[in-house]
Amino acid sequence: MTTELDYVAISVFVAFFVLVTGMGLWAARWNRAPGITNLDEWGLGGRRFGTWITWFLIGGDFYTAYTIIAVPALVYAVGAYGFFALPYTIIVYPFVFAVMPVLWRRAKENGYITAADVVYGQYNSRSLELAVAITAVIATMPYIALQLVGMASVFGALGLAGEVPLVIAFLVLAVYTYSSGIRAPALIAFVKDIMIYIAVIAAVAVIPSKLGGYGAVFTAASDAFKAKGSGSTLLTSSQFVPYATLALGSALAAFMYPHTLTGIFASKSANTIRKNAMLLPAYTLLLGLLALLGYMGHAAHLKLASNNDVVPALFKMLFPSWFAGFAFAAIGIGALVPAAVMSIGAANVFTRNFWKAYVDPDIAPEKEAKVAKIASLVVKVGALLVILFLPTQFALDLQLLGGMWILQTLPSVVFGLFVPWLRAPALLAGWAVGFVLGTWLIWSDGLKPIHTLAWGDSKVSIYTGLIALVANIVVVLIVNPLSRRPTVTVMSRT
Amino acid sequence: MTNRPKTHPIIWLLLVPFLGLLYVPFYNKSEPVLWGFPFFYWYQLLWVPITVLVLWIVYRSMRHDD
Repeated sequence: MTTELDYVAISVFVAFFVLVTGMGLWAARWNRAPGITNLDEWGLGGRRFGTWITWFLIGGDFYTAYTIIAVPALVYAVGAYGFFALPYTIIVYPFVFAVMPVLWRRAKENGYITAADVVYGQYNSRSLELAVAITAVIATMPYIALQLVGMASVFGALGLAGEVPLVIAFLVLAVYTYSSGIRAPALIAFVKDIMIYIAVIAAVAVIPSKLGGYGAVFTAASDAFKAKGSGSTLLTSSQFVPYATLALGSALAAFMYPHTLTGIFASKSANTIRKNAMLLPAYTLLLGLLALLGYMGHAAHLKLASNNDVVPALFKMLFPSWFAGFAFAAIGIGALVPAAVMSIGAANVFTRNFWKAYVDPDIAPEKEAKVAKIASLVVKVGALLVILFLPTQFALDLQLLGGMWILQTLPSVVFGLFVPWLRAPALLAGWAVGFVLGTWLIWSDGLKPIHTLAWGDSKVSIYTGLIALVANIVVVLIVNPLSRRPTVTVMSRT
Repeated sequence: MTNRPKTHPIIWLLLVPFLGLLYVPFYNKSEPVLWGFPFFYWYQLLWVPITVLVLWIVYRSMRHDD
């Protein structure tokens, strides 16, 4: 795509960027308990976020900038198969509705900040806590890096070449996350989400009319896939099971990540979470319509260097410069919100489950917040270095593995909320088997998320994360009766 | 588990969206087309409001003590 500088679009982009930077710095003083500096305040906003703040925060954090770029890109490249994001982000909500209020209550009653805290509190096992904590951190790092990929594609569309804009954006993000904690992305999410809604609604209303309507868009996409000889606007029968299992596995994994759990734990009440399970699907509707931008790219006959350019290229081609700048600002800011929450989530894990567990068990609450602030900086610098010095594909591959890894923490984090008879050694064995098996399968399949199982003549392809999760659960159920009953039942705070 | 909320049988309704969306052969077809959208697309989009409705029905049946 063109790399000419577009000054109107750049001005609009910079104006919004400056606005949210100001908001991010001011957020430190917003809705704050005076005189308190601890991890609950910095990392969870004092657990006082009501229904609307939570809606904007989780919406801005779960439907990331990378999603906005990558889902239409995948639909552009492969067609219907890329649409699995839609069933995924629908069925995730019954799961959230049933499970997350119970998890929230456990965390609230005991002052837990991370999933690994919950696990340690339930099973009194440092090794299981460590397994869950390490998984959380290594799954989140590439996710942060991918937010930068989303941002880089927008900078490219604006004609801003090189790495300097990306570094500046990240420094800004680092500064206000450090000073304001979770309040910064929560406040910025208001602006970002409203901007994204405006941009996407304009796109799905205006672009098809310029391209001859939705019927013509689907026909053009179908013709393009036929001409290309791959992809289709309907699934082939061999894609049925991969499609369904990717949706199911992704939905089960989504709320095991530190960034989504941070949004859950920061809620004011269990009811806030239930209401959000009913309200958040509005974003899914938006995502479903946004995915169709992939087909609109075919109808507009875009010539793209990279599939990830489909959304920016459509906006540039079909909208005036100022609106393209607005939409790009929405995506750029859209990268900052999840990147901030992810770095806070990872920092919370580091502080609670590494620093407090091993370095300084008697850490004072103020010091805990200090450690987390520094950890959030380190996490962000790490993600930036990955994007600057390693190929993007590396972050993509790690992100793919990360989704499978984080899914393996589900039995440890969730099952204990509903059944009292599981024991740490069994859960640890299950986690280890799932982690190693899943990694090995994805690796030997050439870093593809789908593994084909064969019995004699019949073959079925399944999302590897789900295969690993089944193995994980089977191991838990086999080892559990063999493992020794713990001498004390611990349910108290660490 | 003392802090476990009272479960009402209506909670099983939460499985309905899984049934509607995970059996892919049921909806992997073009016809009937609605406003230019093949069935595959509008059927899945339709599950967004249906899921919200299901969640609302379950939500109404719960005792809210927080």
